[in-house]
Amino acid sequence: MANWNAEPVSPETHASVVSAAAQTWRRPPLIRSRALRWILGAGALTYLTFALGSLEVSWLRLYQGLERGWRFIQGFLLPDFVSRWSDIMIGMQESLTMTLTSTVVGVLISVPVGIGAARNLASPPVYLLCRGVIALARSFQEIIVAILFVAMFGFGPFAGFLTLSFATVGFLAKLLAEDIEDVDESQTEAIRATGAGWWQLINYGVQPQVMPRLIGLSCYRLDINFRESAVIGIVGAGGIGATLNTAMDRYEYDSAAAILILIIAIVMAAEYSSGFVRKWVK
Amino acid sequence: MLRIEHLRKRYRTGDEALRDVSFTVPRGQITGLIGPSGAGKSTLIRCVNRLVEPTGGRIFLDDLNVTALSRSQLRKARRRIGMIFQEFALVERLTVMENVLSGRLGYVPFWRSFARRYPPGDVDKAFALLERVGVLDQADKRADALSGGQRQRVGVARALEQDPELLLIDEPTASLDPKTSRQIMRLIREICAERNLPAIINIHDVVLAQAFVDRVVGLRAGEVVFDGLPNALSPEVLTRIYGEEDWTTLHSRQDREADDARSLDGREIVDGELERRASLA
Amino acid sequence: MPIVTSVDGSVWRRRAPQHQLALWVGWFALICLFVFCWQVMTKDTIWSFVWDAPRQAADIGDRMIPPAFGYFAELIRPLWDTINIATLGTLIAIVIAVPVAFLAARNTTPSARMVRPCALLLIVASRSINSLIWGLLLVTMIGPGVLAGVIAIALRSIGFIAKLLYEAIEEIDESQIEAVTATGASSLQVLDQAIVPQVMPAFAGISVFRWDINIRESTVLGLVGAGGLGLKLQASLNTLAWNQVTTILLVILTTVAVSEWVSARVRRAVI
Repeated sequence: MANWNAEPVSPETHASVVSAAAQTWRRPPLIRSRALRWILGAGALTYLTFALGSLEVSWLRLYQGLERGWRFIQGFLLPDFVSRWSDIMIGMQESLTMTLTSTVVGVLISVPVGIGAARNLASPPVYLLCRGVIALARSFQEIIVAILFVAMFGFGPFAGFLTLSFATVGFLAKLLAEDIEDVDESQTEAIRATGAGWWQLINYGVQPQVMPRLIGLSCYRLDINFRESAVIGIVGAGGIGATLNTAMDRYEYDSAAAILILIIAIVMAAEYSSGFVRKWVK
Repeated sequence: MLRIEHLRKRYRTGDEALRDVSFTVPRGQITGLIGPSGAGKSTLIRCVNRLVEPTGGRIFLDDLNVTALSRSQLRKARRRIGMIFQEFALVERLTVMENVLSGRLGYVPFWRSFARRYPPGDVDKAFALLERVGVLDQADKRADALSGGQRQRVGVARALEQDPELLLIDEPTASLDPKTSRQIMRLIREICAERNLPAIINIHDVVLAQAFVDRVVGLRAGEVVFDGLPNALSPEVLTRIYGEEDWTTLHSRQDREADDARSLDGREIVDGELERRASLA
Repeated sequence: MPIVTSVDGSVWRRRAPQHQLALWVGWFALICLFVFCWQVMTKDTIWSFVWDAPRQAADIGDRMIPPAFGYFAELIRPLWDTINIATLGTLIAIVIAVPVAFLAARNTTPSARMVRPCALLLIVASRSINSLIWGLLLVTMIGPGVLAGVIAIALRSIGFIAKLLYEAIEEIDESQIEAVTATGASSLQVLDQAIVPQVMPAFAGISVFRWDINIRESTVLGLVGAGGLGLKLQASLNTLAWNQVTTILLVILTTVAVSEWVSARVRRAVI
């Protein structure tokens, strides 16, 4: 690239700089260092070759799969809600009750933990403890936690309830703590200047600022918990996941499709109504 | 040359933004469009290149009826009309150079613009324009790294990169401080004089309009209520355009500003003004 | 109004009486709902198991420590598989999600009545179903293995990426589009020169974020047979080899920590 960044002093040099540069222009690349670009490009290509190569694709199996896939799609077009209705009812019941209870309990625990994990509100030991709890709750995928809780508490939705509550605390407390740390300090300063106590500070200075987002996030977590509740049943923690697993094992594609349609419908309904709640809270 | 005949714009809500607007802008003339908020100034400008679709009337660019063009023909017409925006409207994450070159989009096929391989003539022109507006040293900087005045200069360069036959300028100085505003208006006027370009400038600052345009069109509630020379903007005329207001302060400020302009810019500007007034006649 | 006038003068309350009443009713309803759900949920819970839990936990904890260090060597290939599942799945999802996002965004969709709802439906369907369930479905159809995992991750990620991307597309600055259109550019050129540059940072952030989440999800996909570390986890659980489980959990923890670090770095760099 011609150095037309150089400072033009006199009109003559300026003109020559312009005309020398005028021949070519290329867009400055995203990564300036040419060497780095080559390394990244080559690295990406190598990785893709190895990764794709490691996929052992049995075309025969894939072809057979298409036939099964077709049967599955047919199941979607004519879903069977009837034959396994009692199983589906029980599963849905477990999922829905788990979702509500775990979200409520999760929110209730997240609030103190979140406050304790906010650097501008908590003392250092409390801060470390709460941040530790959050990190622990976030480290593992819900299903691993579900496996552990099932081993400890037995099969059934109670273990699922604990799993989801635990996950909710990890999710909400972290976001709440970040929100509290981002709060407008001038507002809390003003409240503190009136001589307010710590609890009053929280109630007047912090809560009004973080409440709307907290409610929004709780609704979002309700949605996530429902989706998760449909899965942890696979490892025995209750919910519609177990019913789905059984249906798939028995190749009852139409029942499985019915369950999936129910899940999608409930998620859509939840999203729609959460939009209402969020608007109402604003 | 631009000819607007009986232009009407009625929105679906029933608002009549423009009612029967007609005027002509000959080559080389800078027309200032003034009027209160909601008078239809922005709508009028956007109707000319059909960013807003008129509901009635015709617009002629030389002999071409812009209002009757199909989509692909409209694209070709648009590249003959350069537009400069109030909030600069540069693509912020692209560099200054890319923004100026985007003026040629109507002339190059998609693959060229995608690969950023514009014809050498376009690139030369871009460099020359950047130098002319005074931001050549910023060419490879991202547009959002520039100041307001610099961004507007790039906006001017982008419009000129199209080799336009007409300039539409929508409140070019609304987001700029007074000194930069004058610099930009001066730049626009010089460029229009150099290229004999007609221009319509939508401007809210009456004082600025008087100092830099050849002719003023006053719009109120979608209708033309004044069409004449800038120095004919008496308090009565201003009342007709803007409504009841004590215009005496404006007048004394106008006089002071006009004096400043004359003393700062010197004789050349006064001579240029005479030429332009002659072309109006 | 929070201000109520009476004979003795104006009284201020935080909320108007009807509003306050509505809130009380709402809270009461929520508590009733909670109690109801709790009863239904714990109907079949064997409480003796629950109280036994600490002892169980101690027992398992005992068997988990010390971790089986020799097992690490067996985990290298599954770890490679897991990373591939996440990466390839994310890449495929990006390729599909980008056009879907443009079809779903109000300002770029070709038809707001027909195309947009279809795109939105696709996104909801993809989002509603957890990648583990997608994995379950695919394993039943095309058999166990990494391919099922890749497709499962891809199917789930399409909804996530497309949703966040179309929200970003709807928030772009319209004046930049207007300006580029005014030069006579075609719609493709407007897309390339005015829309894409604006959504680029959001797009990069979303993709990396989803990749990070996918790493987590890929580690457990093997539980339903879709390849990766999950397969080893399933095997160890079945044989109650808890110390092997610990090793696997440690590997998962490290991988997730690394991917989170990478994701945070990349997202900070593209602002």
